[in-house]
Amino acid sequence: MPYANFCLICRGTACESSKADVLYDEIKQYVAANNLSEQVQVLRTGCFGFCEQGPIVKVLPDEAFYVQVKPEDAEELVTEHLLKGRPVERLIYREPGVHALGNIDQISFYQKQFRIALRNCGFIDPENIEEYIAREGYVALERVLFEISPDDVLKELETSGLRGRGGGGYPTWRKWKHTKEAVADQKYVVMNADEGDPGAYMDRSLLEGDPHSVLEAMAIAGYTTGADTGFVYVRAEYPLAIKRLRTAIAQAEEYGVLGDNILGSGFSFTIEIRLGAGAFVCGEETALLLSIQGERGTPVQRPPYPAVKGLWGKPTVINNVETFASIPVILTKGGAWFAKVGTETSKGTKVFALTGKVRNTGLIEVPMGITLRDVVYSIGGGIPGDKKFKAVQSGGPSGGMISSENLDTEIDYETLTALGSMMGSGGLIVMDEDDSMVDVARFYLDFTVEESCGKCVPCRVGGRQILHLLQKIADGKGTTEDIDRIEEIGKTMKASSLCGLGKTAASPALSAIRYFRQEFIDAIPADAKEDAV
Amino acid sequence: MSVAIENRAELSKELAAFVEEWRNKPGNLIMVLHKIQEEYGYVPEPVAREVARRLRVPEAQVFGVLTFYNFFNLEPPGKHRIAVCMGTACYLKGGGSILEDLSEYLNVPINGVTADKQFSLQAVRCIGCCGLAPAVLIDGEVVGKLTKEKMRETLKKYRENTQEALVTSQAL
Ligand SMILES: Cc1cc2nc3c(=O)[nH]c(=O)nc-3n(C[C@H](O)[C@H](O)[C@H](O)COP(=O)(O)O)c2cc1C
Ligand code: SF4
Ligand code: FES
Ligand code: FES
Repeated sequence: MPYANFCLICRGTACESSKADVLYDEIKQYVAANNLSEQVQVLRTGCFGFCEQGPIVKVLPDEAFYVQVKPEDAEELVTEHLLKGRPVERLIYREPGVHALGNIDQISFYQKQFRIALRNCGFIDPENIEEYIAREGYVALERVLFEISPDDVLKELETSGLRGRGGGGYPTWRKWKHTKEAVADQKYVVMNADEGDPGAYMDRSLLEGDPHSVLEAMAIAGYTTGADTGFVYVRAEYPLAIKRLRTAIAQAEEYGVLGDNILGSGFSFTIEIRLGAGAFVCGEETALLLSIQGERGTPVQRPPYPAVKGLWGKPTVINNVETFASIPVILTKGGAWFAKVGTETSKGTKVFALTGKVRNTGLIEVPMGITLRDVVYSIGGGIPGDKKFKAVQSGGPSGGMISSENLDTEIDYETLTALGSMMGSGGLIVMDEDDSMVDVARFYLDFTVEESCGKCVPCRVGGRQILHLLQKIADGKGTTEDIDRIEEIGKTMKASSLCGLGKTAASPALSAIRYFRQEFIDAIPADAKEDAV
Repeated sequence: MSVAIENRAELSKELAAFVEEWRNKPGNLIMVLHKIQEEYGYVPEPVAREVARRLRVPEAQVFGVLTFYNFFNLEPPGKHRIAVCMGTACYLKGGGSILEDLSEYLNVPINGVTADKQFSLQAVRCIGCCGLAPAVLIDGEVVGKLTKEKMRETLKKYRENTQEALVTSQAL
């Protein structure tokens, strides 16, 4: 008999930290105790995105959106709503004009979102492969193995316009093509789940909420390029993601969609997990590959690119988690479907971790081309406490500040770069009038200086100099020349550092100066700035 | 833990089996070091030496890797491990002052261990709960939306638990 009700309980990290695990057990218990097990399916899901309001429970088909639910609420929820059909009003999410019962899509946080990568997050139990399969999971892999050729896969990806979501934005199809065309006895596929941006958790939520989609995509990459082994390089700081990946790999092998002779096709692909160990620079692809090899993760000069000479010198496809997560659905719905969303140069959607001084913080997925204003004010609900918006920072330690004049910019790879920031992996941090741009720039430089591997001089020395100057300005001891010096050193770092870390390390400082120069000047004591104005 | 010749330690059965399982896999070193840290809470030098021997990796390489990666602790941590998030979102919402307050309250330097070995205090980067900023991990559990007061309150519980445990163990 089909279930009459579904009770979805978020078991993402943020909700678990507020006892969603206990809540889940309690709800299951009360459901059983009330003889409802036949009618109600209780589901553990990944992140709904609205972590700030967690733990979140969704009851379908009534579309009741419960927030901040505590284990003590379990009994009432079950006996009132699930047994008697009377939703528990006091736990239903409310905002001006919205009462989230029967109209979840009206919640402003969700309105302008469009979910492709996160399509299953919050809908399925990530620890149960059958739920993934029920939502067209592994259909793309099957198609790739039996119906279309590797070249067709590349063509579909090219049509989709999918570009890397790890920061650089390199076209995925082209990367795969290089590896496919490279001649070698062994090739690899690597997933970059190092997520180093210190204020972002897109990849974590994807892995926790829908691990099979990325495993399926890795197998597709393997078949397309001729690799039989994949590695997931994941931060050791993400225990829940690691656990769910392990469970997912084991289940996929059991179901014959990973491992030897997948679905009887003759194609074999195994996936292993390797743990990062707290070095930001290891998110850089050449460093990451060395780390998988068990070595110190110090970047090396490219070219050669990993696509031709990567892990243990063999051609290696390396992609970000979100990039992989978009691939199965591109292959089932078609590249053209994906390309309908987005801007001229940037297709599809992007997942962002919206944090900082906004009312609604959380994980969002939006079409490329959405304006920052929509993100901050419509989805984010604006700045709390009647404060004034000051800036939004994208791209993490490699990105930059974007000021209010540019709030109507349509977000894509090119526009963000033109503003002196970058897409990055998806951190979006909103700052209000209380936040000092000098201090925020110093914060980022402090981070990159600590994380620099020290191999090349511009990054090692330049970063430290900029940090020192920022500290000096923050302490009220700066001069106007110091501001100019920062800009000069920043330019040198950009031009001559060996890897992306050094090339972009100055960006937070440079963009802060570009848009908030006056704030830097104001921080300089009067006697040191005669020539400034 | 018994310390054997040349300052190398004997390995527990489980650890020895893990090393054996990984011995011939390329790129095993970091995974083995993680396992050591999981077992001891840090990577004791004698254990690292023994593992180097078994994996046939030069000790210099083992220590080179250990010092490169922040995740590995070379000193034993306190009984309770407090990791204050200093990622961007938490920093903007006052993570820095929580860290400072803790350091003062517990009388321990940042990245140090209290004299009674009960608490170690660390600054870490984004623990992936930015929606709950500012956030702290205590013994692997996330405590979010913190204020200084809430933080101190939370710590009290840990303090009491330890003291209770002390009293019971003395009574036994
Ligand atoms: C310092 C530095 C850190 C990086 N960190 C990450 C990261 O955490 N996650 C990621 O996917 N890519 C990161 N990258 C980008 C990778 O080098 C690489 O471009 C990416 O994994 C490729 O995948 P994609 O084409 O799917 O984006 C980083 C790059 C640099 C220079
Ligand atoms: S730019 Fe910085 S992180 Fe990159 S190789 Fe040079 S010193 Fe290392
Ligand atoms: S972890 Fe539950 S909503 Fe994000
Ligand atoms: S910045 Fe603190 S949890 Fe992300």
